[in-house]
Amino acid sequence: MEGMVRVPVREQEPKVRATNFEEVCYGYNSEEAVEEASRCLNCKNAQCMKGCPVAIDIPAFIQQIKEGSFEEAYQKISESSALPAVCGRVCPQESQCEGKCIRGIKGEPVAIGKLERFAADWARENGIKPKKADASNGRKVAVIGSGPAGLTCAGDLAKLGYEVTIFEALHQAGGVLSYGIPEFRLPKDEVVAAEVANVEALGVKIEKNVVIGKSVTVDELLENEGFEAVFIGSGAGLPRFMGIPGEQANGVFSANEFLTRNNLMKAFKEEYETPIFHGKKVVVVGGGNVAMDAARTALRLGAEVHIVYRRGEEELPARREEVHHAKEEGIIFDLLQNPTEILVNEDGWVRGIRIIKMELGEPDESGRRSPIEIPGSEYEIECDTVIMSLGTSPNPLISSTTVGLDTNRRKCIIASEENGATSKPGVFAGGDAVTGAATVILAMGAGKAAAKGIHEFLSAK
Amino acid sequence: MYPIVRKEKLADQIYLMDIKAPRVARECLPGQFIIAKMDEVGERIPLTICDYDREKETVTIVVQTIGAGTERMMALSEGDALEDFVGPLGCPSELCLEKNLEETKKKHIVYIAGGLGTAPVYPQVKWLKEHGIAVDVIMGSRTKDLLFYIDEMKAVAENVYVTTDDGTYGFHGNGCQQLEALTGEGKHYDVCVAIGPMIMMKFVSLLTKKLEIPTIVSMNPIMVDGTGMCGACRLVVGGEVKFACVDGPEFDGHLVDFDQAMKRQLQYKTEEGRAKLAYEEGNTHHGGCGQCGGDR
Repeated sequence: MEGMVRVPVREQEPKVRATNFEEVCYGYNSEEAVEEASRCLNCKNAQCMKGCPVAIDIPAFIQQIKEGSFEEAYQKISESSALPAVCGRVCPQESQCEGKCIRGIKGEPVAIGKLERFAADWARENGIKPKKADASNGRKVAVIGSGPAGLTCAGDLAKLGYEVTIFEALHQAGGVLSYGIPEFRLPKDEVVAAEVANVEALGVKIEKNVVIGKSVTVDELLENEGFEAVFIGSGAGLPRFMGIPGEQANGVFSANEFLTRNNLMKAFKEEYETPIFHGKKVVVVGGGNVAMDAARTALRLGAEVHIVYRRGEEELPARREEVHHAKEEGIIFDLLQNPTEILVNEDGWVRGIRIIKMELGEPDESGRRSPIEIPGSEYEIECDTVIMSLGTSPNPLISSTTVGLDTNRRKCIIASEENGATSKPGVFAGGDAVTGAATVILAMGAGKAAAKGIHEFLSAK
Repeated sequence: MYPIVRKEKLADQIYLMDIKAPRVARECLPGQFIIAKMDEVGERIPLTICDYDREKETVTIVVQTIGAGTERMMALSEGDALEDFVGPLGCPSELCLEKNLEETKKKHIVYIAGGLGTAPVYPQVKWLKEHGIAVDVIMGSRTKDLLFYIDEMKAVAENVYVTTDDGTYGFHGNGCQQLEALTGEGKHYDVCVAIGPMIMMKFVSLLTKKLEIPTIVSMNPIMVDGTGMCGACRLVVGGEVKFACVDGPEFDGHLVDFDQAMKRQLQYKTEEGRAKLAYEEGNTHHGGCGQCGGDR
């Protein structure tokens, strides 16, 4: 039926891409984008916008693509988002904008994410930059962390005329976009560096190699360095482990370590010095986007890869597209199973993992059905690498060194959802540092809310 | 960029560099470390802080060239710069904190520095001297050619005992044997701080447990980010998992599981060996062994 099916997007062949780090999805060209845009019903009461954490005027930019006004489409998105080329690639659209699209009721929703990506890529390839503020207001704001939350907050404040400095702990800007999400999903030089450069083009300064809480504290930034407000977007950096026997063995890595070596330190490239362990058979524990990223990275480094996840297919927290891509590439999913022990050889290296099968019981407080062990169902998988991808929690480095900054039981900074305000006047926070590990777009939404909060706070001062 | 303002060769394969790094120089305290990365392709290398000058805004690092990364870095000269230099990382030494000063003053402290461990021991001894506390230092190495900073250490310590395993300089033996000799002569110590190779810290800790001297060691496991993010540096201390980068680097030597830590340190031996070979001999390793992934 006319208009029920979306324009298919071109991708690298699964067999080919399983051996390289080139981007999986090629995105739409102009003709494809215009054709897909014409499927948009341009609803008066656009449901899609309600599903977008940064409230992009989705029907407006899609109409502009339909009319071939690609630059206008990009500027329309840029009014709300500092990182459209990133979001077009990594947002879980199926549960946000596209999940609410009216087209989705009887057919496939409009490919909003792919269209956003098209507009952003087109702008980059044609040298279009977001619009800068007319003049500086001379007021300094510090932003901690150059990930999605920090970049968004900094970009919005710069557009309002503030002099923003971002402090980044690592040697490269981008946060999780640089160290976490792999090249084949989010190209670093082409996309991440370009989006960071766009934020810098708004007048934002980025000072790298500064660990807040160690190199300088939040209080020192406010008292000694002339900043009138601080936004903390430091993410959720600390990896979790299971606490099972054998977890300290050689060959057991956190997904953070494995991905940081590969993505930030570029260990997959011969000329880079940082080593990475090339496993022959790798077990990744977990079912989120990070688990998919780790699994698909290990696969590209030459391994046979299993994903072990304690719940079922329906409950996998990863984006649907990532699960689909992982399966196409040959990742083996061992679902409703959970490790009980990592088996170690006499040299201290992983030789296997003991697994128990699970079944789903009653829904827990998160609404997901909780997995229960099936007694006597244990078996062993032989492997030389185990990658733990069980989520992360916020780093206490900043909260423990900032006077009067309250955190909750999970070490997350307590901040208002509406404006990012914390218990400490002048200090705002958002993203994973507040919520615990979540998504790029939710962090961006929080960065946006905090920029507004900071503007209101400083305007009233 | 972080300029190299001074470079000196201290001993065989051991170099000193003063790096201009204002933020680190302003905040660092004895016991902490930095991570340096020389250029785009370089590794993030954790290095101990050997000294600092808050006015000149410099931090002194001492590096032993043990792999391709450190060799390449130490081939740089004064006037060159490191691309990245971040810190101070880790917790300062408890003995070198103003708030603990009254307690520390009551203690007889002995430092045992093994090999490159002299570098991180020096700023602690210097800080204590500046705060009116005199300590003994045992500094040892395999042989005379690897010794450095003897005069500098003598200027800040009460007594310095130099040892070499082969007897080419000072006491013929290792730090443990020197400590046993000293306690045998009636010296009493309330605290021992041992910094050096893990195997040395393990044996010092075994000895001091027997001698009932509380002991602090400074762990130097494999790290990537140095801020708690990767978990590569995890250790078992008293049955609990700790991250050396944020919980340490100093721990109770009597509680550290050294055997596991030493195994973990070998994790990238194959990859590191390959990189060193490639650096020294050029592109001679073409894979084919099927083990190291070099042919992939």
